[in-house]
Amino acid sequence: MIIAQQKPIKDIAAMIADCKKVLLVGCAGCVTVCLSGGEKETEVLASSLRIMRRLQGNPLETVTYTATRQCDPEYIEALENLVKNVDAVVSLACGVGVQYIAERFHDKWVVPAQNTMFVGGSTAHGVWEERCGLCGDCILHRTGGICPIIRCSKSILNGPCGGSQYGKCEISKDVDCAWQLIYDRMKALGKLDKLLEIQPPKDWSKSRDGGPRKAIREDVMIG
Amino acid sequence: MKTESKLQKLLDSGHFAVTAEIGPPKHASAHGIRHHAHMLKDYVDATNITDCQTAIVRLSSIASAVHILDCGLEPIVQMTCRDRNRIAIQSDLLGAYSLGVRNLLCLSGDHQKFGNEPSAKNVYDIDSIQLIYLMRRMRDEKLFFSGEPIKEHEPRFFIGAVANPFADPFEFRVARLEKKVEAGAEFIQTQCIFDMERFERFMEMVRERGIHERVHILAGVTPLKSWRAAKYLQTSVSGMIVPDDIVERLKKAEDPKREGIEICIEQIKHIRNIPGVHGVHIMAIAWEEVVPEIVERSGLFPRPKVE
Repeated sequence: MIIAQQKPIKDIAAMIADCKKVLLVGCAGCVTVCLSGGEKETEVLASSLRIMRRLQGNPLETVTYTATRQCDPEYIEALENLVKNVDAVVSLACGVGVQYIAERFHDKWVVPAQNTMFVGGSTAHGVWEERCGLCGDCILHRTGGICPIIRCSKSILNGPCGGSQYGKCEISKDVDCAWQLIYDRMKALGKLDKLLEIQPPKDWSKSRDGGPRKAIREDVMIG
Repeated sequence: MKTESKLQKLLDSGHFAVTAEIGPPKHASAHGIRHHAHMLKDYVDATNITDCQTAIVRLSSIASAVHILDCGLEPIVQMTCRDRNRIAIQSDLLGAYSLGVRNLLCLSGDHQKFGNEPSAKNVYDIDSIQLIYLMRRMRDEKLFFSGEPIKEHEPRFFIGAVANPFADPFEFRVARLEKKVEAGAEFIQTQCIFDMERFERFMEMVRERGIHERVHILAGVTPLKSWRAAKYLQTSVSGMIVPDDIVERLKKAEDPKREGIEICIEQIKHIRNIPGVHGVHIMAIAWEEVVPEIVERSGLFPRPKVE
Protein backbone atom coordinates (compact mmCIF):
# COMPACT_ATOMS: atom_id res chain seq x y z
CA MET A 1 0.00 0.00 0.00
CA ILE A 2 0.88 3.68 -0.22
CA ILE A 3 2.64 4.94 2.88
CA ALA A 4 2.23 8.61 3.74
CA GLN A 5 3.16 10.74 6.69
CA GLN A 6 1.39 13.85 7.86
CA LYS A 7 3.23 17.13 7.31
CA PRO A 8 4.10 19.17 10.41
CA ILE A 9 0.99 21.03 11.54
CA LYS A 10 2.69 24.43 11.18
CA ASP A 11 3.32 23.66 7.49
CA ILE A 12 -0.32 22.72 6.95
CA ALA A 13 -1.46 25.81 8.85
CA ALA A 14 0.78 28.01 6.69
CA MET A 15 -0.85 26.71 3.51
CA ILE A 16 -4.29 27.82 4.70
CA ALA A 17 -3.23 30.90 6.68
CA ASP A 18 -5.57 33.24 4.80
CA CYS A 19 -8.63 30.95 4.99
CA LYS A 20 -11.56 31.31 7.37
CA LYS A 21 -13.22 28.00 6.67
CA VAL A 22 -11.66 24.82 5.31
CA LEU A 23 -12.78 21.32 4.42
CA LEU A 24 -10.50 18.52 5.57
CA VAL A 25 -10.90 15.35 3.54
CA GLY A 26 -9.58 12.08 4.89
CA CYS A 27 -9.26 8.89 2.90
CA ALA A 28 -10.37 5.45 4.03
CA GLY A 29 -7.81 3.77 1.79
CA CYS A 30 -4.08 3.25 2.33
CA VAL A 31 -3.59 6.28 4.56
CA THR A 32 -6.12 4.92 7.00
CA VAL A 33 -4.16 1.68 7.24
CA CYS A 34 -0.88 3.52 7.84
CA LEU A 35 -2.63 5.74 10.40
CA SER A 36 -1.87 9.04 8.78
CA GLY A 37 -5.00 10.21 6.96
CA GLY A 38 -8.06 8.25 8.06
CA GLU A 39 -11.16 9.51 9.82
CA LYS A 40 -9.48 9.73 13.22
CA GLU A 41 -6.44 11.62 11.93
CA THR A 42 -8.71 13.99 9.99
CA GLU A 43 -10.63 14.89 13.15
CA VAL A 44 -7.44 15.32 15.16
CA LEU A 45 -5.90 17.54 12.50
CA ALA A 46 -9.06 19.67 12.26
CA SER A 47 -9.13 20.12 15.98
CA SER A 48 -5.41 20.95 16.15
CA LEU A 49 -5.72 23.56 13.43
CA ARG A 50 -8.71 25.15 15.17
CA ILE A 51 -6.88 25.34 18.49
CA MET A 52 -3.79 26.78 16.84
CA ARG A 53 -5.79 29.47 15.07
CA ARG A 54 -7.85 30.30 18.16
CA LEU A 55 -4.63 30.87 20.09
CA GLN A 56 -3.51 33.19 17.32
CA GLY A 57 -6.76 35.18 17.66
CA ASN A 58 -7.78 34.25 14.14
CA PRO A 59 -10.35 31.45 14.49
CA LEU A 60 -10.73 28.81 11.79
CA GLU A 61 -13.89 26.95 10.96
CA THR A 62 -13.48 23.35 9.81
CA VAL A 63 -15.65 20.78 8.10
CA THR A 64 -14.51 17.17 7.91
CA TYR A 65 -15.31 14.30 5.63
CA THR A 66 -13.69 10.95 4.95
CA ALA A 67 -13.97 9.63 1.42
CA THR A 68 -14.00 5.90 0.75
CA ARG A 69 -11.12 6.57 -1.61
CA GLN A 70 -9.84 9.79 -3.10
CA CYS A 71 -8.34 8.03 -6.12
CA ASP A 72 -11.75 7.31 -7.70
CA PRO A 73 -13.86 10.13 -9.21
CA GLU A 74 -17.12 8.65 -7.90
CA TYR A 75 -16.05 9.18 -4.29
CA ILE A 76 -14.89 12.73 -4.98
CA GLU A 77 -18.28 13.69 -6.43
CA ALA A 78 -19.78 13.37 -2.98
CA LEU A 79 -17.73 16.39 -1.86
CA GLU A 80 -19.50 18.87 -4.15
CA ASN A 81 -21.81 20.44 -1.59
CA LEU A 82 -19.14 20.62 1.07
CA VAL A 83 -16.52 22.19 -1.19
CA LYS A 84 -18.84 25.02 -2.23
CA ASN A 85 -18.86 26.64 1.20
CA VAL A 86 -15.16 26.61 2.08
CA ASP A 87 -12.13 28.70 1.18
CA ALA A 88 -9.85 25.67 0.78
CA VAL A 89 -9.71 21.90 0.85
CA VAL A 90 -7.05 20.07 2.84
CA SER A 91 -6.61 16.54 1.52
CA LEU A 92 -5.25 13.91 3.85
CA ALA A 93 -4.91 11.38 1.03
CA CYS A 94 -1.79 10.52 -0.91
CA GLY A 95 -0.74 12.78 -3.77
CA VAL A 96 -3.28 11.12 -6.04
CA GLY A 97 -6.16 12.22 -3.83
CA VAL A 98 -4.93 15.81 -3.69
CA GLN A 99 -4.73 15.91 -7.48
CA TYR A 100 -8.12 14.29 -7.95
CA ILE A 101 -9.78 16.88 -5.74
CA ALA A 102 -7.90 19.73 -7.42
CA GLU A 103 -8.87 18.44 -10.83
CA ARG A 104 -12.54 18.04 -9.95
CA PHE A 105 -12.83 21.41 -8.17
CA HIS A 106 -10.49 23.41 -10.35
CA ASP A 107 -11.37 26.82 -8.92
CA LYS A 108 -10.74 25.72 -5.34
CA TRP A 109 -7.48 26.03 -3.36
CA VAL A 110 -6.49 22.42 -2.54
CA VAL A 111 -3.50 21.61 -0.35
CA PRO A 112 -1.75 18.41 0.75
CA ALA A 113 -1.66 17.49 4.42
CA GLN A 114 0.63 14.56 3.80
CA ASN A 115 3.96 13.68 2.32
CA THR A 116 3.36 10.63 0.14
CA MET A 117 6.38 8.47 0.71
CA PHE A 118 6.52 5.03 -0.80
CA VAL A 119 4.89 1.70 -1.50
CA GLY A 120 5.50 -0.63 1.38
CA GLY A 121 4.14 -2.75 4.13
CA SER A 122 4.39 -3.00 7.89
CA THR A 123 7.28 -4.91 9.42
CA ALA A 124 6.15 -4.40 13.01
CA HIS A 125 3.39 -2.48 14.72
CA GLY A 126 3.95 1.14 13.77
CA VAL A 127 6.82 0.42 11.36
CA TRP A 128 6.45 0.53 7.60
CA GLU A 129 9.13 -0.22 5.05
CA GLU A 130 9.47 0.39 1.35
CA ARG A 131 9.28 -2.75 -0.71
CA CYS A 132 8.54 -1.75 -4.31
CA GLY A 133 10.08 0.84 -6.61
CA LEU A 134 7.11 0.91 -8.99
CA CYS A 135 9.52 0.39 -11.89
CA GLY A 136 6.91 -1.17 -14.17
CA ASP A 137 9.06 -4.19 -15.07
CA CYS A 138 9.23 -6.61 -12.17
CA ILE A 139 12.41 -8.66 -11.82
CA LEU A 140 11.70 -10.32 -8.46
CA HIS A 141 11.93 -13.76 -10.06
CA ARG A 142 15.61 -13.11 -10.71
CA THR A 143 16.47 -11.82 -7.27
CA GLY A 144 14.88 -14.27 -4.87
CA GLY A 145 11.82 -12.12 -4.27
CA ILE A 146 13.83 -9.15 -2.95
CA CYS A 147 13.70 -5.94 -4.95
CA PRO A 148 17.15 -4.44 -5.67
CA ILE A 149 15.63 -1.46 -7.47
CA ILE A 150 14.30 -0.01 -4.26
CA ARG A 151 16.00 -1.92 -1.49
CA CYS A 152 19.55 -1.45 -2.81
CA SER A 153 20.47 2.20 -2.27
CA LYS A 154 22.22 2.23 -5.67
CA SER A 155 19.58 0.15 -7.49
CA ILE A 156 22.31 -2.23 -8.60
CA LEU A 157 21.11 -5.16 -10.70
CA ASN A 158 24.43 -7.01 -10.48
CA GLY A 159 25.25 -6.46 -6.83
CA PRO A 160 26.41 -6.34 -4.12
CA CYS A 161 28.58 -3.24 -4.35
CA GLY A 162 31.77 -2.81 -2.33
CA GLY A 163 29.98 -1.04 0.49
CA SER A 164 28.17 -4.13 1.75
CA GLN A 165 29.48 -5.31 5.10
CA TYR A 166 28.10 -7.50 7.87
CA GLY A 167 24.83 -7.66 5.94
CA LYS A 168 24.33 -3.90 6.06
CA CYS A 169 24.31 -1.18 3.42
CA GLU A 170 27.02 1.48 3.35
CA ILE A 171 24.45 4.23 3.85
CA SER A 172 23.47 3.08 7.35
CA LYS A 173 23.89 0.26 9.81
CA ASP A 174 20.10 0.28 10.09
CA VAL A 175 19.64 -0.60 6.43
CA ASP A 176 19.95 -4.20 5.28
CA CYS A 177 22.07 -4.79 2.20
CA ALA A 178 19.50 -5.96 -0.33
CA TRP A 179 22.14 -8.00 -2.13
CA GLN A 180 23.16 -9.82 1.04
CA LEU A 181 19.49 -10.75 1.44
CA ILE A 182 19.33 -11.80 -2.22
CA TYR A 183 22.54 -13.81 -1.88
CA ASP A 184 21.33 -15.59 1.27
CA ARG A 185 18.00 -16.43 -0.26
CA MET A 186 19.40 -17.64 -3.60
CA LYS A 187 21.93 -19.74 -1.70
CA ALA A 188 19.19 -21.31 0.40
CA LEU A 189 17.23 -22.03 -2.79
CA GLY A 190 20.31 -23.59 -4.43
CA LYS A 191 20.17 -20.98 -7.19
CA LEU A 192 23.41 -19.02 -6.66
CA ASP A 193 24.42 -19.69 -10.26
CA LYS A 194 21.59 -17.40 -11.34
CA LEU A 195 23.45 -14.48 -9.76
CA LEU A 196 26.40 -15.06 -12.09
CA GLU A 197 24.36 -14.09 -15.12
CA ILE A 198 25.00 -10.50 -16.17
CA GLN A 199 21.73 -8.62 -15.87
CA PRO A 200 21.33 -6.18 -18.76
CA PRO A 201 20.59 -2.49 -18.26
CA LYS A 202 17.07 -1.86 -17.16
CA ASP A 203 14.40 -0.49 -19.47
CA TRP A 204 13.42 2.54 -17.43
CA SER A 205 10.89 3.62 -20.06
CA LYS A 206 8.39 1.50 -18.14
CA SER A 207 9.20 3.42 -15.00
CA ARG A 208 8.62 7.01 -13.94
CA ASP A 209 11.14 8.20 -16.50
CA GLY A 210 8.80 7.26 -19.30
CA GLY A 211 6.23 9.89 -18.27
CA PRO A 212 2.89 9.23 -16.54
CA ARG A 213 1.91 5.61 -16.97
CA LYS A 214 -1.51 4.28 -17.77
CA ALA A 215 -3.11 0.89 -17.13
CA ILE A 216 -6.15 -0.09 -19.17
CA ARG A 217 -8.60 -2.93 -18.62
CA GLU A 218 -10.91 -2.83 -21.62
CA ASP A 219 -13.14 -5.57 -20.17
CA VAL A 220 -14.32 -3.29 -17.38
CA MET A 221 -14.53 -0.07 -19.38
CA ILE A 222 -17.99 1.39 -19.85
CA GLY A 223 -19.04 3.00 -23.11
CA MET B 1 41.92 -5.99 -28.18
CA LYS B 2 45.04 -3.84 -28.07
CA THR B 3 44.47 -0.26 -27.16
CA GLU B 4 46.80 2.71 -27.11
CA SER B 5 47.06 2.41 -23.33
CA LYS B 6 50.60 2.35 -22.01
CA LEU B 7 49.29 0.64 -18.90
CA GLN B 8 47.90 -2.19 -20.99
CA LYS B 9 51.20 -2.60 -22.86
CA LEU B 10 53.09 -2.83 -19.58
CA LEU B 11 50.70 -5.32 -18.03
CA ASP B 12 50.41 -7.44 -21.16
CA SER B 13 54.18 -7.67 -21.40
CA GLY B 14 54.35 -9.04 -17.88
CA HIS B 15 55.62 -6.02 -15.97
CA PHE B 16 54.47 -5.45 -12.38
CA ALA B 17 52.53 -2.20 -12.78
CA VAL B 18 52.37 0.73 -10.40
CA THR B 19 49.40 3.06 -10.41
CA ALA B 20 48.53 5.81 -7.98
CA GLU B 21 45.57 8.04 -7.37
CA ILE B 22 45.13 11.77 -7.63
CA GLY B 23 42.04 13.31 -6.08
CA PRO B 24 40.99 16.48 -7.93
CA PRO B 25 40.47 19.59 -5.79
CA LYS B 26 37.29 21.21 -4.54
CA HIS B 27 37.99 24.30 -6.59
CA ALA B 28 38.55 25.36 -10.17
CA SER B 29 42.36 25.44 -10.33
CA ALA B 30 44.47 22.64 -11.82
CA HIS B 31 47.58 23.86 -10.03
CA GLY B 32 47.61 21.03 -7.43
CA ILE B 33 46.81 18.30 -9.96
CA ARG B 34 49.66 19.44 -12.19
CA HIS B 35 51.99 19.63 -9.22
CA HIS B 36 51.16 16.04 -8.26
CA ALA B 37 51.35 14.84 -11.86
CA HIS B 38 54.88 16.23 -12.25
CA MET B 39 55.85 14.67 -8.95
CA LEU B 40 54.49 11.21 -9.84
CA LYS B 41 55.20 10.94 -13.52
CA ASP B 42 58.46 9.01 -13.33
CA TYR B 43 57.31 6.84 -10.46
CA VAL B 44 54.00 5.42 -11.63
CA ASP B 45 52.71 4.01 -14.90
CA ALA B 46 49.35 5.72 -14.70
CA THR B 47 47.21 7.58 -12.20
CA ASN B 48 43.56 7.25 -11.39
CA ILE B 49 41.58 10.43 -11.39
CA THR B 50 38.74 10.00 -8.97
CA ASP B 51 35.23 10.97 -10.03
CA CYS B 52 33.87 13.12 -7.21
CA GLN B 53 35.07 10.62 -4.63
CA THR B 54 32.87 10.10 -1.57
CA ALA B 55 30.27 12.06 -3.56
CA ILE B 56 32.01 15.37 -2.91
CA VAL B 57 31.88 17.89 -5.74
CA ARG B 58 35.37 18.17 -7.21
CA LEU B 59 37.01 19.28 -10.42
CA SER B 60 35.83 16.89 -13.13
CA SER B 61 37.83 13.69 -13.61
CA ILE B 62 37.93 14.15 -17.37
CA ALA B 63 39.14 17.75 -17.16
CA SER B 64 41.73 16.66 -14.58
CA ALA B 65 42.86 13.87 -16.90
CA VAL B 66 43.63 16.40 -19.61
CA HIS B 67 45.88 18.33 -17.21
CA ILE B 68 47.59 15.06 -16.25
CA LEU B 69 48.16 14.16 -19.90
CA ASP B 70 49.60 17.59 -20.46
CA CYS B 71 52.15 16.87 -17.72
CA GLY B 72 53.28 13.68 -19.48
CA LEU B 73 51.48 11.20 -17.23
CA GLU B 74 48.90 8.63 -18.30
CA PRO B 75 45.49 9.06 -16.63
CA ILE B 76 42.91 6.44 -15.73
CA VAL B 77 39.57 8.18 -15.74
CA GLN B 78 37.16 6.92 -13.11
CA MET B 79 33.54 6.89 -14.16
CA THR B 80 30.82 6.36 -11.58
CA CYS B 81 27.24 5.39 -12.30
CA ARG B 82 25.98 7.61 -9.51
CA ASP B 83 25.76 10.91 -11.34
CA ARG B 84 25.06 10.19 -14.98
CA ASN B 85 22.52 8.32 -17.04
CA ARG B 86 23.58 6.31 -20.07
CA ILE B 87 23.36 9.33 -22.36
CA ALA B 88 25.71 11.43 -20.23
CA ILE B 89 28.12 8.54 -19.62
CA GLN B 90 28.55 7.83 -23.33
CA SER B 91 28.86 11.48 -24.20
CA ASP B 92 31.47 12.13 -21.49
CA LEU B 93 33.47 9.07 -22.45
CA LEU B 94 33.47 9.93 -26.16
CA GLY B 95 34.74 13.33 -25.05
CA ALA B 96 37.39 11.83 -22.78
CA TYR B 97 38.67 9.59 -25.56
CA SER B 98 38.79 12.51 -28.00
CA LEU B 99 40.98 14.33 -25.47
CA GLY B 100 43.49 11.48 -25.31
CA VAL B 101 42.29 9.42 -22.35
CA ARG B 102 42.95 5.72 -22.92
CA ASN B 103 42.19 4.07 -19.57
CA LEU B 104 38.78 3.83 -17.97
CA LEU B 105 37.79 2.55 -14.54
CA CYS B 106 34.11 1.65 -14.14
CA LEU B 107 32.55 1.82 -10.71
CA SER B 108 29.18 2.38 -9.10
CA GLY B 109 30.38 5.27 -6.91
CA ASP B 110 29.93 6.14 -3.25
CA HIS B 111 26.37 6.97 -2.28
CA GLN B 112 25.60 10.70 -2.25
CA LYS B 113 24.74 10.48 1.43
CA PHE B 114 28.46 10.73 2.24
CA GLY B 115 29.23 13.82 0.24
CA ASN B 116 28.63 17.53 0.36
CA GLU B 117 25.37 17.25 -1.58
CA PRO B 118 23.48 14.63 0.43
CA SER B 119 20.12 15.82 -0.88
CA ALA B 120 21.14 15.25 -4.50
CA LYS B 121 19.06 12.97 -6.70
CA ASN B 122 21.25 10.03 -7.64
CA VAL B 123 21.03 8.36 -11.01
CA TYR B 124 22.28 4.76 -11.04
CA ASP B 125 20.67 4.25 -14.45
CA ILE B 126 23.12 1.42 -15.10
CA ASP B 127 25.40 -0.39 -12.67
CA SER B 128 29.17 -0.87 -12.84
CA ILE B 129 28.99 -4.32 -14.45
CA GLN B 130 26.61 -3.05 -17.10
CA LEU B 131 28.95 -0.11 -17.69
CA ILE B 132 31.91 -2.46 -18.22
CA TYR B 133 29.89 -4.63 -20.58
CA LEU B 134 28.54 -1.69 -22.57
CA MET B 135 31.93 0.01 -22.91
CA ARG B 136 33.50 -3.23 -24.08
CA ARG B 137 30.73 -3.61 -26.64
CA MET B 138 31.13 0.01 -27.70
CA ARG B 139 34.80 -0.66 -28.39
CA ASP B 140 34.78 -4.19 -29.78
CA GLU B 141 31.45 -4.26 -31.57
CA LYS B 142 31.20 -0.54 -32.31
CA LEU B 143 27.74 -0.21 -30.84
CA PHE B 144 26.27 2.48 -28.64
CA PHE B 145 24.56 1.22 -25.49
CA SER B 146 21.26 1.21 -27.38
CA GLY B 147 22.67 -1.06 -30.06
CA GLU B 148 22.89 1.68 -32.68
CA PRO B 149 26.14 1.36 -34.69
CA ILE B 150 28.98 3.79 -34.10
CA LYS B 151 29.84 4.63 -37.67
CA GLU B 152 33.41 5.70 -37.01
CA HIS B 153 35.94 6.49 -34.29
CA GLU B 154 34.73 4.16 -31.57
CA PRO B 155 36.40 4.84 -28.19
CA ARG B 156 39.08 2.21 -27.55
CA PHE B 157 39.56 2.28 -23.82
CA PHE B 158 41.56 -0.18 -21.75
CA ILE B 159 38.73 -1.10 -19.39
CA GLY B 160 39.15 -1.51 -15.68
CA ALA B 161 36.97 -2.24 -12.68
CA VAL B 162 37.29 -2.49 -8.93
CA ALA B 163 37.01 -5.38 -6.50
CA ASN B 164 36.61 -5.27 -2.76
CA PRO B 165 37.80 -8.44 -1.02
CA PHE B 166 36.77 -6.93 2.32
CA ALA B 167 33.08 -6.43 1.65
CA ASP B 168 30.42 -9.05 2.26
CA PRO B 169 29.27 -11.63 1.42
CA PHE B 170 32.92 -12.67 1.20
CA GLU B 171 32.26 -15.95 -0.62
CA PHE B 172 30.54 -14.05 -3.40
CA ARG B 173 33.33 -11.48 -3.90
CA VAL B 174 35.40 -13.68 -6.20
CA ALA B 175 32.30 -14.66 -8.15
CA ARG B 176 31.47 -10.99 -8.56
CA LEU B 177 35.01 -10.29 -9.72
CA GLU B 178 34.60 -13.05 -12.27
CA LYS B 179 31.34 -11.48 -13.36
CA LYS B 180 33.18 -8.23 -14.00
CA VAL B 181 35.78 -10.10 -16.06
CA GLU B 182 32.99 -11.82 -18.00
CA ALA B 183 31.48 -8.40 -18.64
CA GLY B 184 34.78 -7.25 -20.13
CA ALA B 185 37.04 -5.85 -17.41
CA GLU B 186 40.70 -6.15 -18.37
CA PHE B 187 42.29 -4.80 -15.23
CA ILE B 188 41.12 -4.71 -11.65
CA GLN B 189 42.15 -2.41 -8.83
CA THR B 190 41.27 -3.59 -5.34
CA GLN B 191 40.11 -1.75 -2.27
CA CYS B 192 42.96 -0.79 0.13
CA ILE B 193 44.38 -3.92 1.69
CA PHE B 194 45.18 -3.94 5.38
CA ASP B 195 43.97 -7.44 6.22
CA MET B 196 46.60 -9.37 4.28
CA GLU B 197 45.28 -12.74 5.43
CA ARG B 198 41.88 -12.09 3.92
CA PHE B 199 43.44 -10.80 0.71
CA GLU B 200 45.57 -13.96 0.48
CA ARG B 201 42.42 -16.08 0.84
CA PHE B 202 40.73 -13.96 -1.81
CA MET B 203 43.65 -14.46 -4.21
CA GLU B 204 43.65 -18.20 -3.55
CA MET B 205 40.03 -18.34 -4.67
CA VAL B 206 40.91 -16.15 -7.66
CA ARG B 207 43.65 -18.58 -8.69
CA GLU B 208 41.40 -21.61 -8.15
CA ARG B 209 39.04 -20.17 -10.75
CA GLY B 210 41.90 -19.10 -13.04
CA ILE B 211 40.66 -15.49 -13.01
CA HIS B 212 44.20 -14.11 -12.61
CA GLU B 213 44.98 -15.45 -16.08
CA ARG B 214 42.11 -13.52 -17.62
CA VAL B 215 42.56 -10.16 -15.94
CA HIS B 216 45.35 -8.03 -14.47
CA ILE B 217 44.85 -7.57 -10.74
CA LEU B 218 46.41 -4.52 -9.09
CA ALA B 219 46.35 -4.66 -5.31
CA GLY B 220 45.33 -1.45 -3.53
CA VAL B 221 47.44 -0.01 -0.70
CA THR B 222 47.12 3.15 1.38
CA PRO B 223 49.81 4.71 3.58
CA LEU B 224 48.24 5.77 6.87
CA LYS B 225 49.26 8.96 8.64
CA SER B 226 48.09 8.14 12.15
CA TRP B 227 46.37 5.56 14.32
CA ARG B 228 43.30 7.76 14.24
CA ALA B 229 43.14 7.46 10.46
CA ALA B 230 43.44 3.68 10.83
CA LYS B 231 40.75 3.63 13.49
CA TYR B 232 38.47 5.75 11.31
CA LEU B 233 38.83 3.33 8.39
CA GLN B 234 38.31 0.44 10.77
CA THR B 235 35.13 1.73 12.35
CA SER B 236 33.52 4.26 10.04
CA VAL B 237 34.12 3.16 6.46
CA SER B 238 31.94 0.39 5.16
CA GLY B 239 33.69 -2.37 3.25
CA MET B 240 37.06 -1.92 4.98
CA ILE B 241 38.86 -4.23 7.37
CA VAL B 242 41.78 -2.80 9.33
CA PRO B 243 43.35 -5.28 11.78
CA ASP B 244 43.96 -4.07 15.33
CA ASP B 245 47.71 -4.67 15.08
CA ILE B 246 48.02 -1.93 12.44
CA VAL B 247 46.18 0.51 14.70
CA GLU B 248 48.41 -0.51 17.63
CA ARG B 249 51.61 -0.26 15.61
CA LEU B 250 50.78 3.30 14.57
CA LYS B 251 49.74 4.15 18.12
CA LYS B 252 53.07 3.00 19.54
CA ALA B 253 55.19 4.60 16.82
CA GLU B 254 57.35 7.60 17.69
CA ASP B 255 56.81 9.01 14.22
CA PRO B 256 53.43 7.66 13.03
CA LYS B 257 53.78 9.10 9.52
CA ARG B 258 57.13 7.32 9.01
CA GLU B 259 55.59 4.15 10.41
CA GLY B 260 52.66 4.46 8.00
CA ILE B 261 55.09 4.61 5.08
CA GLU B 262 57.05 1.63 6.46
CA ILE B 263 53.87 -0.45 6.77
CA CYS B 264 52.88 0.44 3.21
CA ILE B 265 56.30 -0.58 1.85
CA GLU B 266 56.14 -3.89 3.75
CA GLN B 267 52.69 -4.50 2.31
CA ILE B 268 53.84 -3.86 -1.26
CA LYS B 269 56.83 -6.18 -0.82
CA HIS B 270 54.49 -8.86 0.48
CA ILE B 271 51.93 -8.31 -2.27
CA ARG B 272 54.60 -8.63 -4.98
CA ASN B 273 55.06 -12.25 -3.95
CA ILE B 274 51.39 -13.19 -4.11
CA PRO B 275 50.84 -15.21 -7.29
CA GLY B 276 48.33 -13.65 -9.63
CA VAL B 277 48.86 -10.04 -8.51
CA HIS B 278 50.08 -8.00 -11.46
CA GLY B 279 50.62 -4.63 -9.89
CA VAL B 280 50.00 -2.28 -7.05
CA HIS B 281 47.64 0.67 -6.83
CA ILE B 282 48.70 3.29 -4.29
CA MET B 283 45.88 5.37 -2.88
CA ALA B 284 47.69 7.98 -0.81
CA ILE B 285 44.55 9.93 -0.03
CA ALA B 286 45.62 13.62 0.12
CA TRP B 287 49.23 12.49 0.72
CA GLU B 288 50.44 12.05 -2.86
CA GLU B 289 53.94 13.38 -2.08
CA VAL B 290 54.96 10.15 -0.33
CA VAL B 291 54.29 7.99 -3.39
CA PRO B 292 57.78 8.42 -4.97
CA GLU B 293 59.50 7.28 -1.78
CA ILE B 294 57.15 4.30 -1.42
CA VAL B 295 57.72 3.24 -5.04
CA GLU B 296 61.47 3.65 -4.79
CA ARG B 297 61.89 1.86 -1.47
CA SER B 298 59.59 -0.97 -2.56
CA GLY B 299 62.07 -1.74 -5.33
CA LEU B 300 59.73 -0.62 -8.09
CA PHE B 301 61.84 2.22 -9.43
CA PRO B 302 62.75 2.99 -12.17
CA ARG B 303 59.58 2.16 -14.03
CA PRO B 304 59.96 0.13 -17.21
CA LYS B 305 59.64 1.90 -20.55
CA VAL B 306 57.32 0.65 -23.27
CA GLU B 307 56.98 1.77 -26.86
